[in-house]
Amino acid sequence: MLMGIFSLLAASLYVLLDAVDVALTEAAVGAGVSIILMLGALVLTTSEEKVHDAKHNLLALVVVLITGGALIYGTMDMPNFADPQAPAHQHVAPRYVQDSVDEIGIPNMVTSVLASYRGLDTLGEVLVIFSAGVAVLLLLGAGTYRRRPRPPRKRLK
Amino acid sequence: MSPHIVLRVGAKVLIPVILLFALYIQFHGEYSPGGGFQAGIIFAAAIVLYTLIFGLDAVQRAVPPVAVHLLSAVGALLYIGVGVWAMFAGGNFLEYKVLAADPHTGETAGIILIELGVGITVAAVVISLFYSFAGRTREQEN
Amino acid sequence: MEWLGLYNYWVVVVLMMAGFYVVIAQGNLIKKIVGLNIFQTSVFIFYISLSKLEGGTAPIYVEGITAYSNPLPHVLILTAIVVGVALTAVGLALAVRIHEAYGSIEEDEIQAQDEEDARNA
Repeated sequence: MLMGIFSLLAASLYVLLDAVDVALTEAAVGAGVSIILMLGALVLTTSEEKVHDAKHNLLALVVVLITGGALIYGTMDMPNFADPQAPAHQHVAPRYVQDSVDEIGIPNMVTSVLASYRGLDTLGEVLVIFSAGVAVLLLLGAGTYRRRPRPPRKRLK
Repeated sequence: MSPHIVLRVGAKVLIPVILLFALYIQFHGEYSPGGGFQAGIIFAAAIVLYTLIFGLDAVQRAVPPVAVHLLSAVGALLYIGVGVWAMFAGGNFLEYKVLAADPHTGETAGIILIELGVGITVAAVVISLFYSFAGRTREQEN
Repeated sequence: MEWLGLYNYWVVVVLMMAGFYVVIAQGNLIKKIVGLNIFQTSVFIFYISLSKLEGGTAPIYVEGITAYSNPLPHVLILTAIVVGVALTAVGLALAVRIHEAYGSIEEDEIQAQDEEDARNA
């Protein structure tokens, strides 16, 4: 349930950041599919966990704090939030924004970039999703377990 | 009265609406937020809702696992098929301008077809993931 | 005080470190997968916050508006979300098989069983 709330908060954040396609995907995935898979995995394994002592957690905490500090030091060079002069808005994105309606003719720029300008990347993503489906089929079986006995085969005499 | 009757009646009303909404998002992805990925996930979520309420046997009679495994490959095949058709029509791989006389019509046709392929693959893969998990649960009980 | 405009990166770093801590400190395999999901979401928020333009709107063409947010990171993150859920499913399937093979999903119990097998073999 907490994961569902987390997904919903992330989807709302995406709407605030003007990413409506991404928010739709995150809401559908987080609230619809991800929770069911987690519940299925918890049913198939145990739902209790062992209680640990806090000793080896201290080393993990120190590592996490040092990494966090290094990352925050690294973000000092980044451009400000929503800065129009940021490099992300300079090179190829203005061309997509200005020319995509003329060249392709559909209003949704995200779909035109996804399907036409970067169509080969989307093909790769579809193949990755297909491979993940095949991997789970190999690991867990096909889900067609039947208890009905098969009828005996007729023999031609 | 069975305690599940509210769930069953509510699901019977909601599931066709959810499936229709998934189709709307699939084909309206050019004019509003949407497209193949979102539509596939919502379609699979409707099927999962049906499974949760009516049981795995009922849903496997409606959507057989063999069909689901085949459909996940058909979507990717449709995508690559559009690309190869563009090559036969004279352009490069996945160049939709050459698919029709007018470049805009060709682009729209290409985009609709590949989004359909993406939606079919995503829906079929998520349904087959769910069938694998649920089938394993039933195997463990027996 | 111009680094006060960098608060979105700090939020991302906090979330990323929370997910990182869960991955390395928890012994339960399914909790590690949840931590990986938190880490993944923080990376998505990072990219989407990079794409926002001040005064822009959602990247769908409407007559009369000229400032749109950058659509390119939206495309990358959209496919990444769906690929992420498919790979979460693969990770959970692996955890289920490990549970069936070893009898538990705690990392130290699994490692103890492996060392015992290596000593007995």
